[in-house]
Amino acid sequence: MSTTIETQGVRAEPGAASEPGRAGGTIVPRWLRWTLAGAAVLVALWLPNGLYPTVAVDIACWALFAVAVDLLLGYTGLMSFGHAAFWGTSAYATGLAAIHWGLPFPAAVLVGALAAVVLAVPVGYLAVKRVGIYFAMVTLAFAQMVYYIANQWRSVTQGENGLQRVPRELFGLDLTDEYFFYYAALPIVAGGLFLVWRAVHSPFGRVLVAIRDNPARARALGYPVHRYKLAAFLLSAFTAGLGGGLFAIGHRFVSLDVLHWTTSGKAVIIVVLGGIGTLWGPVVGAAGVTRLEDWLSFAGFEQIGLVTGAIFVLAVLIFRRGVWGTVAHWLRRRG
Amino acid sequence: MGTDGAAGQHPALQARGLIKEFRGFRAVDGVDLAVAAGSVHALVGPNGAGKTTLFNLLTGFAPPTAGRIEVAGVDVTGLAPEGFARRGVARSFQITSLFGQLTALEHVELALQSGSSLGWKFWRSAKLMRRYTPRAMELLDMVGLADLAGTTADALAYGRKRALELALALALEPSVLLLDEPTAGMGLEDVDRTVALIAAIRAGRTVVMVEHNMSVVGALADRVTVLQSGRVLVEGPYDEVRADERVITAYLGEGAVRAAHS
Repeated sequence: MSTTIETQGVRAEPGAASEPGRAGGTIVPRWLRWTLAGAAVLVALWLPNGLYPTVAVDIACWALFAVAVDLLLGYTGLMSFGHAAFWGTSAYATGLAAIHWGLPFPAAVLVGALAAVVLAVPVGYLAVKRVGIYFAMVTLAFAQMVYYIANQWRSVTQGENGLQRVPRELFGLDLTDEYFFYYAALPIVAGGLFLVWRAVHSPFGRVLVAIRDNPARARALGYPVHRYKLAAFLLSAFTAGLGGGLFAIGHRFVSLDVLHWTTSGKAVIIVVLGGIGTLWGPVVGAAGVTRLEDWLSFAGFEQIGLVTGAIFVLAVLIFRRGVWGTVAHWLRRRG
Repeated sequence: MGTDGAAGQHPALQARGLIKEFRGFRAVDGVDLAVAAGSVHALVGPNGAGKTTLFNLLTGFAPPTAGRIEVAGVDVTGLAPEGFARRGVARSFQITSLFGQLTALEHVELALQSGSSLGWKFWRSAKLMRRYTPRAMELLDMVGLADLAGTTADALAYGRKRALELALALALEPSVLLLDEPTAGMGLEDVDRTVALIAAIRAGRTVVMVEHNMSVVGALADRVTVLQSGRVLVEGPYDEVRADERVITAYLGEGAVRAAHS
């Protein structure tokens, strides 16, 4: 499976490289990349003024989650169908740390993300020995197990009632207004996105792409492929955990939904819609899907899954590169 | 050649009683092989003789059912492929096996990096890999790919891909180089280039190659091992092996031997 997914819609052409000998990062001209990055910063700063602030927070959380999934799917060739386990475990751990320890919310989110990493060690260790659909199945099986445990362990998780009234503490600042919370959360979101961006454009990221394209060859070159995949898995779980923790603080409530398999599915859908292996794509996808869902529920439409599902099917059939992948492809062909 | 050479008492690569079974079928059936340090050793045999399976055993890509593998006298049986690579055993693949979306230069840089811990540094910039660029360009030049350094592997012609395979194997500075059919599917001109290249890079190395093209074997190999049905049929210098009746029978059938005698 990992070989049939078209991972990068963008490919450098020999003559088109601004720097000879490199494929990466030559698709979009440098000035355009800086313009885009600047525009992204402006949009991120403006977002809660143009949207309902709660939706803006949700977009930021899902962007982290989707980028975490893309690190595996787009850059390592691993399709996780159980990432809700990390998002949800972090949401619960963050909520519990905030409730019982009264931690400031960034510290609670960090506790949550680290809890996700701890869970990811055994899950990843067993999962990375499988490829393609089997990898997806192992991750899904573990996620279902975590869901089941959370449901049964009522003394800690409050079962179906969920964790109520998660505090939103930051050194005595009043963050009850979602508008201000968005800005307080933004540095964590930026940090998480930067972490993944840095990893993708590092020597480590180059090894991951090599593993994605040809694991056997990477091993023959002396790279311990399983350990590299596990490291990517842990990084991804950490980033998904940052998103899940912020989601818990943002909603001040954690329900079993955060561990449900449909949550894993939504993250994958966002990545595919936005563009696998593009990093920008999952961010754009998170914004689009979250906005659409909010709009549909506001309009009183009950079958939200029907609409997102239909869009997903259309995207897979028509825009296989996703939104961002299509734009990047188009830019490359013109430029 | 044929002696253990200057590298020490031990053969560069040795297999003892190597067996590989697939559901009761013995693809490799008790092979003993000693590759002298500094020699070029060819593995030949008809299709299905077990050459590729033996190759996979000798590079860790398949664990042997029984038997023992030593690199310069050290037991490496059961190690993973990356473990063999780290002990100086590098291989090329019969079916070209590259990273489709990386350029030729990036391929060789990755190979050069594999010995260091840089590959783990997810918090550093990929630009650090440029420290390998000069050496990578040297290697690309050596295999005649300097002009194509910026081309992605997908866009390289077949013969160029094989050349890149060689550059990758060389980048690992291997003491033992295993080449799986290095001239398979090549036109005559590319075959000549590859033979010249192997002749040039064998200095200071041990080379084991699977090869069907007998003129290539004759030009390069010090010793030849003929496999049949997973067993060693004959082993010896090229000229001896070529004239051996059992070998002619294995390749051409009984009739060929009778024809040769009549």
